[in-house]
Amino acid sequence: MIVENSKVILSVKNLTAEVEGVQILKGVNLEVKAGEVHAIMGPNGSGKSTFSKVLAGHPDYAVTGGEVIFKGQNLLELPPEERSRAGVFLAFQYPLEIPGVTNSDFLRLAYNTLQKQKGLAELDLLDFDDYVQDKLKVVEMNPSFLSRSVNEGFSGGEKKRNEILQMAILEPKLAILDETDSGLDIDALRIVSNGVNQLSTAENCTVLITHYQRLLDYIVPDFIHVMESGKIVLTGGKELALELESRGYDWITEEVKV
Amino acid sequence: MIDLFVQDLLSQQPNFDHAPAWLKSLRANASDRLNYLKFPTTKDEEWRNNNFSELKDIALTTVDSIVEEPITNPIHILDDHILPESAESLITFIDGRFSHEFSALEGLPTGVFIGSFKNFTHLGIDLAASLFPHIGKYADPEDFFVALNTACIDDIAVVYIPKNLNFAPTLQLLFVSHQGSISQPRCLIIVESGGSLNLVESYIGQDSPHFCNTVTEIYLGANARINHTKVQRESDTAIWISHCAIAQERSSSYTKNAIVLGAKKSRTNLQVQQLGEHTETNLNGLTLIGGEQISDTHTAIAHNFPNGNSQQLHKCIADERSHCIFNGKILVAQAAQLTNSKQLSRNLLLSPKARIDTKPQLEIFADNVKCAHGATISQIDADELFYLQSRCIDLESARKLLTYAFAAEVISKIPVDSLRETLSEVVLAKTH
Ligand SMILES: Nc1ncnc2c1ncn2[C@@H]1O[C@H](COP(=O)(O)OP(=O)(O)OP(=O)(O)O)[C@@H](O)[C@H]1O
Ligand SMILES: [Mg+2]
Repeated sequence: MIVENSKVILSVKNLTAEVEGVQILKGVNLEVKAGEVHAIMGPNGSGKSTFSKVLAGHPDYAVTGGEVIFKGQNLLELPPEERSRAGVFLAFQYPLEIPGVTNSDFLRLAYNTLQKQKGLAELDLLDFDDYVQDKLKVVEMNPSFLSRSVNEGFSGGEKKRNEILQMAILEPKLAILDETDSGLDIDALRIVSNGVNQLSTAENCTVLITHYQRLLDYIVPDFIHVMESGKIVLTGGKELALELESRGYDWITEEVKV
Repeated sequence: MIDLFVQDLLSQQPNFDHAPAWLKSLRANASDRLNYLKFPTTKDEEWRNNNFSELKDIALTTVDSIVEEPITNPIHILDDHILPESAESLITFIDGRFSHEFSALEGLPTGVFIGSFKNFTHLGIDLAASLFPHIGKYADPEDFFVALNTACIDDIAVVYIPKNLNFAPTLQLLFVSHQGSISQPRCLIIVESGGSLNLVESYIGQDSPHFCNTVTEIYLGANARINHTKVQRESDTAIWISHCAIAQERSSSYTKNAIVLGAKKSRTNLQVQQLGEHTETNLNGLTLIGGEQISDTHTAIAHNFPNGNSQQLHKCIADERSHCIFNGKILVAQAAQLTNSKQLSRNLLLSPKARIDTKPQLEIFADNVKCAHGATISQIDADELFYLQSRCIDLESARKLLTYAFAAEVISKIPVDSLRETLSEVVLAKTH
């Protein structure tokens, strides 16, 4: 929701980045304020995931120019763990499997690290279990997933749900959801969208990366951006999604050239 | 020419005059073999990665310290290692000698013999009929260190489980190197047909350079089952050489979880012989070392009969400048049709200066078999680290957690709760 005079949470200016010497981001500009939901769409390979990983601090990507200010702080000078502790959360397009680490140990370690950072009490096994049970409800996830290794053998949709569970536990200020909808069946899409809506408040903000209008029926964005060859080339309201759905991306490329 | 080191060792052996004739001749034969067996050097194919020549120096300076004096109480090191599950089924040997004080063998079922061979002899219990068919029969007599151990047998840790008896408590054999010396533990584990046993064999040591040369022979009768966990947590200055030889009759099942954490240099030899059809062998191993440690594991599983199964998972984690070696042979004899055998060697290098050598060896002479093997050496995955960092976890904790996870696959198979928990903590504390 657009809130008048709300604080800017994320401000990206002229961000350029490369991977293995190849420039992928070619001057991204984006401003996201508290309470807002933004969607980023765009063709395959246009740099959407790269953008999200650069924000999260993935070491493979080298920022070559521009700035990223998060809650008044230069995000680019922080290591990844400090970005996440400051409130940046990335739900990965392809969540990794971590054999041998149980989901509950992983979630508890992440949560307690954050608590410690905030100067708050860490939770022991039992208290954390209570805390997690509530969060499981947000994504209607079966508790049996807690005792399994992180994402190991999870179906595509289950992995995505597990990402949103982590988001529910860490309560970020900025959540970037990279194609969280892909791989979800119709019911799961509704459940996960519901979860994301429950988690969004006037204090935080969400950036959705998606290919499909369908998701945006559930999580209604305030702005839609189109990324193309490493840049945001078009920004509009939620109705832009319908236009993209019927016309594709070619016309934008044409217009940008003109 | 007999090695000077051997000569010295043999001359220091206490006279075990009460030993039965069969044991005396077993020792004498081994002594004879030491006249031609050579101390292994890196020129020997099986020993080329690990050089034990420094043993000769250690041996010569410490052999005098073997004296018959009462053992001072090493309770402070023992306390952490005695399993609560084994409170009433524990045999402890301290510096090679049976400790009454730290052994507990309450209310053993009739027909079960667990304890010190010497002690049984003192009590007038003659176990020759049970032990003689097995002792010295499975461990390779032509191996230098086996011969050395056999030539010096003074006492034997004996475990005898009769036919069809399920020995329920977890039995612990605890070997402590305390004073700094040479100890040569000898174990003989016999589970007759239809019997079962859950065994933990632990080796611990206090900070002192010492040499432990242990030989364990295990016999499983038809349909017998053993779950055997072996944990080596020697001091980081120790030299530890272990032979374990297992003979399995038909339809028996042997599962081993071997954990190696300690010793400056260690060598594990593990040999399994399947002596009948439908026999099952599961070997899980974890070696986690750092500093300048070297650890060498050689295993061999011989499938000699049809329908045998074997599964092996060996994991090494090498940190700092350490060096792990794994050599795993699977032999499938021509008669062993329909063998199903899997071997996986997975290795984690934590430092650019660490080294891992892994060598799976399959020798298959039967044509209708399923055998799979694989080996990987990797480092901690950068994307996994990033995933954890993106969830607030700092780099160091993330590395720890991933290393622990790698080790946990083996540790989680240990069927003794307290040991599994202790080892999890030890592994977490060891990784950085
Ligand atoms: N680590 C990497 N090494 C080499 N090329 C990379 C790497 N990461 C991204 N790229 C390249 O950068 C470009 C942008 O990729 P990115 O994953 O950001 O696209 P995307 O917009 O998320 O696409 P999709 O819609 O398919 O998810 C692609 O051409 C990709 O091949
Ligand atoms: Mg993408």
